[in-house]
Amino acid sequence: MSSAAIPQAPLAGADAPLLEVRAVAKRFGAREVLKNISVNIAAGEFLTLLGESGSGKTTLLRLIAGFEEPTTGEIWMSSERLDTLPPHQRRVNTVFQNYALFPHLSVRDNVAYGLRVQGAPKKEIPSRVNEALAMVKMTEFAGARPSLLSGGQQQRVALARALVNRPQLLLLDEPLSALDANLRKQMQGELKALQREIGITFLFVTHDQEEAMALSDRIALVRDGALEQVASPREIYARPATAYTAQFIGQTNLLRGEIQRSIATCGVLRWPVEEPDGPVLFSLRPETIRLCADGKRQTHEVKFRGVVRQQIYGGSSELLEVDSGDGQLLRVRLPACGPLAGELDFVFSIADAIRVLD
Amino acid sequence: MYSRAYKTIVSAPPLLWVGLFLLLPYALMFAHSFWAVEDGVLVHHWNLDNYEKLLTNPLYAEVLFRTLRIAGSVMLCSLLLGYPLAYYLSFHSGGRKELLYQLVIVPLWVSYLVRGYAWKTILGSEGVLNGFLQYAHITHEPVSFLLYSPFAVILMLTHIYTPFVFLPIYASLEHIPRPLVEASHDLGANSFSTFFRVILPLSMPGLLAGATFAFVLSLGDFLAPLLVGGSSGTMIANIVQTLFGAVYDWPLGAAISVSILLLTLSLLFFTQRLEKRWSFK
Repeated sequence: MSSAAIPQAPLAGADAPLLEVRAVAKRFGAREVLKNISVNIAAGEFLTLLGESGSGKTTLLRLIAGFEEPTTGEIWMSSERLDTLPPHQRRVNTVFQNYALFPHLSVRDNVAYGLRVQGAPKKEIPSRVNEALAMVKMTEFAGARPSLLSGGQQQRVALARALVNRPQLLLLDEPLSALDANLRKQMQGELKALQREIGITFLFVTHDQEEAMALSDRIALVRDGALEQVASPREIYARPATAYTAQFIGQTNLLRGEIQRSIATCGVLRWPVEEPDGPVLFSLRPETIRLCADGKRQTHEVKFRGVVRQQIYGGSSELLEVDSGDGQLLRVRLPACGPLAGELDFVFSIADAIRVLD
Repeated sequence: MYSRAYKTIVSAPPLLWVGLFLLLPYALMFAHSFWAVEDGVLVHHWNLDNYEKLLTNPLYAEVLFRTLRIAGSVMLCSLLLGYPLAYYLSFHSGGRKELLYQLVIVPLWVSYLVRGYAWKTILGSEGVLNGFLQYAHITHEPVSFLLYSPFAVILMLTHIYTPFVFLPIYASLEHIPRPLVEASHDLGANSFSTFFRVILPLSMPGLLAGATFAFVLSLGDFLAPLLVGGSSGTMIANIVQTLFGAVYDWPLGAAISVSILLLTLSLLFFTQRLEKRWSFK
């Protein structure tokens, strides 16, 4: 990406992003669906907008596709203003939630649609369509009507129909949500492999945090129309910025307490910190807590005694609910170890208690 | 499962109704068309003379062609009015959709005859339209071709049947999933190609149903030509009416009716096949 002569492009550095969403807000009547969102997408990146239904993630996608106009703010792509263009002039293609294949056209004609309406050379069309169908392994269904295909097959056709136009950016609106669990896992793998292979930038919308973790280079967590945190899957899991993020992505224990004279106190748990006094909230992942068989702890660890209230067997792991003495229940994930009961000693590393915002 | 007795009891009344008031009259009409009238008396003498008369007397062919032309024009005009209206309502009317829909439906509550007489007062030589034309000094004498002409028949039938054309088209447009339209724009099609490549093909079943309504209903209409058609606007149903009434030649009237019936049935068969081809569920 070059960053040549962009008027008023404060975010463009040496490596200008492919897409820039600049302070975009969207209002439907009195309802504010998006509040001042700014996010950049780098070329070749797989960015996921993750959020609950109604959080505004699909609205942001529709603003980029051009089906809605932002109330305020701007969207730029490749150093060009995007949000003022009609959808058919944007080098952006969308895979719709229910695929939106044209029912009156064959698979082949569906895939050829974009090339035909944009006036691609007639000679080029069949080979490009075949290439796109081969890419998603749907060549043998070229003559079929979409209604005869299964959900997974329609999904592939929708992907081919979008990719055949060689968009700079592919938008995917919960494309896997209509598939059953097994097919979904398989399609996730294929989607990721495809994205690596063709190197097109993907903006993916989902409400499924596992899917977001499995696919993305970065996750943008959307909450009530605002971005809660934007980070790589590993970082957003290991270093959640807020209690909401910590709870939305994976499971966690939220420990509420006080810091006084460099000691954090959360119920019976106490450990030294280097932070100013005041109320505090920590996120402690269940798998960071271990059994402490010999009753000894290292200096950087916190030890506590707890009563196992409940044990849920999960195949490779066990999920315990442990009462640490003052009625505070902590979730603990251990490698499968057989039934546990009574009072036990647990430890966790101080570094694993992540301070989060409320 | 329902018992055999229950099924019989439930289905008997409608079957009886259809048999008594539909199939039997058709059978009678069919039989009449092969009979004859001798010295003003109907005789059950089987022959093909009635159909031969239809084919040889140019009057019948002329009126039939005029009827087809009028029905075709009504179909075309009501499609040209009804489709854009349905399209606008379905895709671009926003919050006014309900109100506009009601406004299209309201004329259906007004009696056919009342609307016929209304056109008479509008189109007549002393009518509203001629009054306006002279008042505005566009013409100096009443324009006579407005009333008692095929034009007037087409105008009145178009007015009456446009809502019937509008309704099935509107229904089929409303059934087009909006993501398909968005997908078309997304793939690079402007509004023009989206209309011709996606919306029009997907609304074909409604369009065909509407066109069939307008054509078939106009084909058998006899009131509009009677009210505003004059002699130059006479249609085939008026001939049938005269043959059954004043002329007292039921066999010939029946022969015309049978011909029209066959024409209509083959048309319905044809459009149904087309509609099936264009439906994608």
